[in-house]
Amino acid sequence: MESNKEIDAIKFKEGGLVAEVEELSGENLFACYQCGTCSAGCPFIDDMDLGPDEAIRYVILDRKEVLNSNTIWMCASCYTCAERCPRDLNITKIMEALRQIVLRKKIDHTKVVKISKKEKETIPQLAFVSLFRKNIG
Amino acid sequence: MKLLYYPGCTLKTSAKNLEKSAFAIMDALGHEMVEMEDWNCCGVVASLTDDDLMHHLAPLRSLIHVEDAGENRVVTLCDMCCNTLKQTNLRVKEIPGDLETLNLFMDRENDYKGTVEVLHFLEFLRDEIGFDVIKKKVKNPLKGMKIMPYYGCMLLRPREVAIDDAEEPTILGDLLSALGAEVIDNPFKIECCGSYHTVENKELVSKRAHRITNFATERGSDAMVLSCPLCRFNLDTRGKEAEKMFKDYKQIPTYYYTQLIAIALGLDPSVCGFEEHTVDPTLLLKEKGVIKK
Repeated sequence: MESNKEIDAIKFKEGGLVAEVEELSGENLFACYQCGTCSAGCPFIDDMDLGPDEAIRYVILDRKEVLNSNTIWMCASCYTCAERCPRDLNITKIMEALRQIVLRKKIDHTKVVKISKKEKETIPQLAFVSLFRKNIG
Repeated sequence: MKLLYYPGCTLKTSAKNLEKSAFAIMDALGHEMVEMEDWNCCGVVASLTDDDLMHHLAPLRSLIHVEDAGENRVVTLCDMCCNTLKQTNLRVKEIPGDLETLNLFMDRENDYKGTVEVLHFLEFLRDEIGFDVIKKKVKNPLKGMKIMPYYGCMLLRPREVAIDDAEEPTILGDLLSALGAEVIDNPFKIECCGSYHTVENKELVSKRAHRITNFATERGSDAMVLSCPLCRFNLDTRGKEAEKMFKDYKQIPTYYYTQLIAIALGLDPSVCGFEEHTVDPTLLLKEKGVIKK
């Protein structure tokens, strides 16, 4: 995982990270019993630093380097994990909470996007709108 | 039947052909669709944090304008718009306090009364018109075409807004059967296409396209049918780019379900706007004798 100075500067009290994620998502992270179903169904698991279940574990253990992982940005909010979780956890919202913790500190994930004029004309708008909604605070 | 229609931004630009073919088939089926006035972009992704009401404003404003038009139903063609509008609709119905806050904030708009039902066009075709009715009107069955249905995410998840079963959907397969095509099932028919990663991480999306379609092509599928404009771009345009990455991969044409209905009903292929696709969808239709060469 790459280190990011701005993200490393975000400070939490002991247990503060999981408390904030729970408040933003409305989900009880301690319900997760690490069955791995979410990671098994995640379409982007091969490219992620941590699986969704690992990310949840990191949050509970106060390991705030989870905010440095590419996992939370690879997540496309496809809801597959949320649909399959046997504990009925909405992992999609948990991932969004982790993104929001970073974004609300004004740390954007997308810089100015350099793409060709042709691409700008052919890529459907909804891709741009959702990219900016997800990656910019 | 007259139905109010919410386009969303992409249907007016990169997915004009989806809109054109949908209007053509409504006409052929003897119904009317009318674009609603004063709609705005829905914001594409539903608000996912509990404290965020700001991102519900855009979808809610469009729902208010449906009520202003004196209607209580609105149909959409875009999967993502449908999902976002439905989720906002649910949120304000579940938490009346939030609706009050949103209504007060939008003080220049009328209050939303919570009477609107949001429908995806596929739901409308299945539940209100009926696939058996469409089947009776088929003049030009898609004989010999082996098609893989692809659903993507937004039609089926989260469960509260799904139009079919989230793990084993059948709506597109049922439609294809009614049109005379052979349905090739594919376990990855519900996997995410990669969505907005197509902007900054093209290779990731090409990998997705390869994974999603390769299994179906191995089973003999010669085309795929889908509903979402972004899925179409990712599986068609980015899928073509996957040919450079994977030696075992050959891109198959993508069709919107509205285009296939139009062809099966005997409408002129020009209403389908096939020229907007990367892999020419007319070649397969001509090869199978479904349209004239």
